Amino acid sequence: MTATIETLPDVLSPVRFHQVGKTFGTGRKSVVALDGVDLEVEPGEFVCLLGASGCGKTTLLNLVAGLDQPTAGRIELNSSRPAVVFQEPALMPWLTAAGNVELPLRMAGVPKSQRRAKAAELLELVRLAGLGDKRPHELSGGMRQRVALARALASTADSTDGKPALLLMDEPFSALDAITRDVLQGELLRIWRATGTAILFVTHDVREAVRLGQRVVLLSSRPGRVVQEWDVEDAPGAVDEINTALRKVISSHAA
Amino acid sequence: MPLDVQEGSVEAGLDALDTPVNITEGSRVRRIAARVLPPIGAIVVLVAIWQALWAAAFWPEFKLPAPAAVWSQIWQLVTSGDIAELFWVSVHRAVIGFAISLVIAVPLGLAIANITVVRRGIGPLVSGLQSLPSVAWVPAAILWFGLNDRAIYWVVLLGAVPSIANGLVSGLDQVPPILPRVGKALGAGRFGGIRYILLPAALPGFLGGLKQGWAFSWRSLMAAELIATSPELGEGLGQYLHNGMSLSDISMVFAGIVLIFVVGVGIELLVFRPLENTVLRARGLTASAR
Repeated sequence: MTATIETLPDVLSPVRFHQVGKTFGTGRKSVVALDGVDLEVEPGEFVCLLGASGCGKTTLLNLVAGLDQPTAGRIELNSSRPAVVFQEPALMPWLTAAGNVELPLRMAGVPKSQRRAKAAELLELVRLAGLGDKRPHELSGGMRQRVALARALASTADSTDGKPALLLMDEPFSALDAITRDVLQGELLRIWRATGTAILFVTHDVREAVRLGQRVVLLSSRPGRVVQEWDVEDAPGAVDEINTALRKVISSHAA
Repeated sequence: MPLDVQEGSVEAGLDALDTPVNITEGSRVRRIAARVLPPIGAIVVLVAIWQALWAAAFWPEFKLPAPAAVWSQIWQLVTSGDIAELFWVSVHRAVIGFAISLVIAVPLGLAIANITVVRRGIGPLVSGLQSLPSVAWVPAAILWFGLNDRAIYWVVLLGAVPSIANGLVSGLDQVPPILPRVGKALGAGRFGGIRYILLPAALPGFLGGLKQGWAFSWRSLMAAELIATSPELGEGLGQYLHNGMSLSDISMVFAGIVLIFVVGVGIELLVFRPLENTVLRARGLTASAR
């Protein structure tokens, strides 16, 4: 499916980085989080951003999400508003699961009956149909993260104007236990295939990156630069190779 | 994935195992009894001690009245219907004063919480006003407005506004920073962020402020009524108490205190406690719900 889209010449990438840099603070105390990052995500592509702590993965996602501005270069965003899933589900505790999914639609002024239908559809997509009335505290960690995913998808669904959709995920499964994480990784792949959205997925877990992504991009730390990229679709052997590269990046900071 | 496991069933199983279990204990009657009996018991013990002290005649009768004498004062107010006027005069003033305080305090609290200059400038002032007994404003209010309702409302406002505004500010300050960030990522503008994220998130703290604001407005009102007495003002609970003092009738004074207490506690129990419990329970904060 992806291959056929890529051959179309007039399809825009959901997001493209042009020599993007981000520096926090000024003068001698400034910290360079990102430096000269060039990166492109194709429509419908699943890209994993891999890096150790301090590589500016989260900063990079914040820039795409518009939560922060780059200090150098520019980000070309051709998608509707990117959907963001954070490490914590961060559901609104005063709203039900369905209310949380409806929230972005409510803020966009979508009429009630349409909101209801859309929320039910998205909850069904994340296999939570019939649990829309539950409050966040009545759900397990994995279920909450799935509600957060449905909510994020709703935030792009309100502005479908033919532009390619983009889903940003910031280590969304790292706070979950191993079994739940495993199941949710499978679910994410299923949802990705069902929706055809492009995904930019940040993680520090090499196995997770290789299992999920079509392409793995390794970032160095302080400053964050693109070190190397791998096409990992149908290449499970890449884990060892990427691990070695990641270790090299980390050990370069030992001195 | 093994072939004998249906797609999605592992997840469904995990969901079933992980979902927190809610247990409601005992029957409805039992839960209500468990909540109502302890305070009733405490009141019974208190009255018994009072009765014993009175019977022992440690103090002369004009200093410590018999519980029965106080009760007959209250009962007389009930049978004569005077109690309705006492309650009406005081409670409607307190409610109106509280409502005006709310209208002033909410924008004030929002401004303090969201605008740095306002917080630095007015924030300490509002906190300071909270610790200034509002009864201190009674003389000034009487000199400014004369012996009328406006003087009384002025005192009530200065009692309640700082508490409500401070409650709102601390409620807003305690909103986890991730929530506004998520709101922004979901497309909330400045106004939408306040309306849909910040205000609902701050609600528990704000309710605490409201409760305290009510207590302060009731307290200030009683102080004002007690000091500012005039025929034009009608007879509220504070005036009743004042009359008891003028008549050197200790049982009347005690009856006044009891009635003021009953109204203050009653409104908290009937209005604020259920409101707070509903809000906390909806958010899964049941451990602190009483």
